[in-house]
Amino acid sequence: MAMTLATRKRLVTALLVGPSAAWLSIFLVLPFIAILVFSVGERAPEGGYQAAFTFAQFMNLPARATAFWNTMLLAPVGAILCLLVAYPTAYYLAIRAPTRFRMLLVSLVVVPFWTSLLVRTYAWIFILGARGLPNLLALIGLPDVRLLNTPGAVLLGIVYGYLPLMIMPIYVSLEKLDRRLLEASADLGASPVRSFFNITLPLSLPGVATGVALVTILLLGEYLIPQLLGGGKVFFIGNALVDLFLQSRNWPYGSAIAVTLVSVVVLIITLAMRLAWRFAGTRQVDLV
Amino acid sequence: MSASDLHDIEFRSVTKRYGDVTAVTDINLAVPKGAFVALLGPSGCGKTTCLRMIGGFEQPSEGDVYIGETRVNDLPAYRRPVNMVFQHYALFPHLDVENNVAYGLRQQRPRIASDEISRRVGAALEMVRLSGFGRRRIHELSGGQQQRVALARAIVNKPKVLLLDEPLAALDRKLRTDMQMELQSLQRDLGITFLLVTHDQEEALSMSDLVCVMSAGRIRQFARPQEVYDRPADLFVADFVGKTNKMTVTAEPGILRLGNGATLPFAGPERGPAVLALRPEAMRIARVGTGDGPLVGHVTHRIFLGSLAEYSVAVAGVGEFLISAERHGLDANDLIEPGEAVSIDYISEAIRLYPA
Ligand SMILES: Nc1ncnc2c1ncn2[C@@H]1O[C@H](COP(=O)(O)OP(=O)(O)OP(=O)(O)O)[C@@H](O)[C@H]1O
Ligand SMILES: [Mg+2]
Repeated sequence: MAMTLATRKRLVTALLVGPSAAWLSIFLVLPFIAILVFSVGERAPEGGYQAAFTFAQFMNLPARATAFWNTMLLAPVGAILCLLVAYPTAYYLAIRAPTRFRMLLVSLVVVPFWTSLLVRTYAWIFILGARGLPNLLALIGLPDVRLLNTPGAVLLGIVYGYLPLMIMPIYVSLEKLDRRLLEASADLGASPVRSFFNITLPLSLPGVATGVALVTILLLGEYLIPQLLGGGKVFFIGNALVDLFLQSRNWPYGSAIAVTLVSVVVLIITLAMRLAWRFAGTRQVDLV
Repeated sequence: MSASDLHDIEFRSVTKRYGDVTAVTDINLAVPKGAFVALLGPSGCGKTTCLRMIGGFEQPSEGDVYIGETRVNDLPAYRRPVNMVFQHYALFPHLDVENNVAYGLRQQRPRIASDEISRRVGAALEMVRLSGFGRRRIHELSGGQQQRVALARAIVNKPKVLLLDEPLAALDRKLRTDMQMELQSLQRDLGITFLLVTHDQEEALSMSDLVCVMSAGRIRQFARPQEVYDRPADLFVADFVGKTNKMTVTAEPGILRLGNGATLPFAGPERGPAVLALRPEAMRIARVGTGDGPLVGHVTHRIFLGSLAEYSVAVAGVGEFLISAERHGLDANDLIEPGEAVSIDYISEAIRLYPA
């Protein structure tokens, strides 16, 4: 039977989107609905969940305000630090690195992923711990420097762990930058520095936005790094959730926190997208 | 007065290699101040490469490039008093038309006042017939409109030297003629030196003071348009610029012997095998009996062009000629039909002989 063009297009779309839509609805949407339902419920006496309809859990949120603010502060700050370290690296890889070595260098960026983040973060415990760097600092006359279990240590771990995720999207957007635009900019009298701020940076903003959004969102749910490098002090929401679900088994309270977190994340994504589009406009670059 | 007072751009023995590819070989070229030079040549002959070395985007592998009195081999592009209209436009996709055009003015130090900038941008957009398009994004423009933005973006800066790489290629005939006139008056009014690459010979011959014909990375001829057309330096130029009839001949004292044994009277000093070149308009045909040209053939094909008619005429043992005949519209019987036998005459002063 002959299919109209429109039907065919719809079929192709269904085939392309179908698998991920099915996966997401089963493994993401359903659990999320469960969490939503939990969040307005009550904690069963023996722990877990019992049906109810109350916003009491949300009223309780301030009790975990420290974790919330730690996350809200350290996640974006971590992402920005990541960005500051990642951008020059991505720029070098995409624009300056000799073409012959480019692929090799880019693959080196992802090499750390070959080892578990857990193991690598553990390594930092030893480096930052009393018998690591502080020990060396003491030798040169700086005793009693505390590195481990500070916000600084958490930030360091964050930048260390998430750098590749920030480098990649920026690298991609810089890599497809049309070099001839830089020639045009120079032709019109812009020095290399000005060409960078006028042309390169604006055109790489979509990559920057993707990287910052990606890293920030992942950091909002981060658990491992604050647990290992922040000790008991720098608690993230992720740590709070683990505590509530696994230790005190207060599922409704945990769910309320999770729902709040997801709402904030959605808000951030929307804003970030808006900003990226505003700055970069449509991304059509191919002329002629 | 030194030579550089007269010249705005000079190539001294410039060779440019890309790896194993030699793009241009030993180019010597001096473009007089304020001249309008057309660069003509087949695709891949090195025209863009030459412009890019002046713009500062390529460094010569050998030789020197001068702008005015300054050797610019090591001067970065952004310090050169030159603007370029790129063959591929290279418009900034994240800026609107107005900001694209204003880009060069904004880079100038001391700063230009912003109302001065918008005035000049407005004038440039008006010149390329794009007033009212200032707020459009680049991808919202047609190819021809983009090309005109590229043109406006370069001319708005009023540089000392303007490099134009096929700047009108995407425009329709009417717009192209408009732009040609605008460019010419701009060039005359501001005394800018123009270097224009074009594949349109009419454009090259009609607009420029000097034509530079290139082939395979070398300059074949650099002369006034009339000179290039009337006295092509070699067979390549004769063939490339305008239409040319060629035949192999042997030059002997007093005569040229053709392939079929026929002879043409000839007074030149050349001797031996040669190639004769003759423009279609320097030849005349007449029906056998009414004319008495030295060659006889028959019409194989006719193209009617209104005021002109072009005939293909086959001459046994020599080849096929293209002959254009002017029509005066008086004689209803002036068109010769394919198949008719004709005699061919020519203006002997128009004959050019080249070594075979
Ligand atoms: N970056 C490059 N690397 C290698 N070869 C190049 C490069 N740029 C140009 N070439 C070669 O140099 C020669 C001259 O190129 P150029 O672009 O100057 O030609 P052009 O005369 O402008 O041709 P067109 O009329 O098609 O634009 C060509 O053979 C081309 O393949
Ligand atoms: Mg070219």
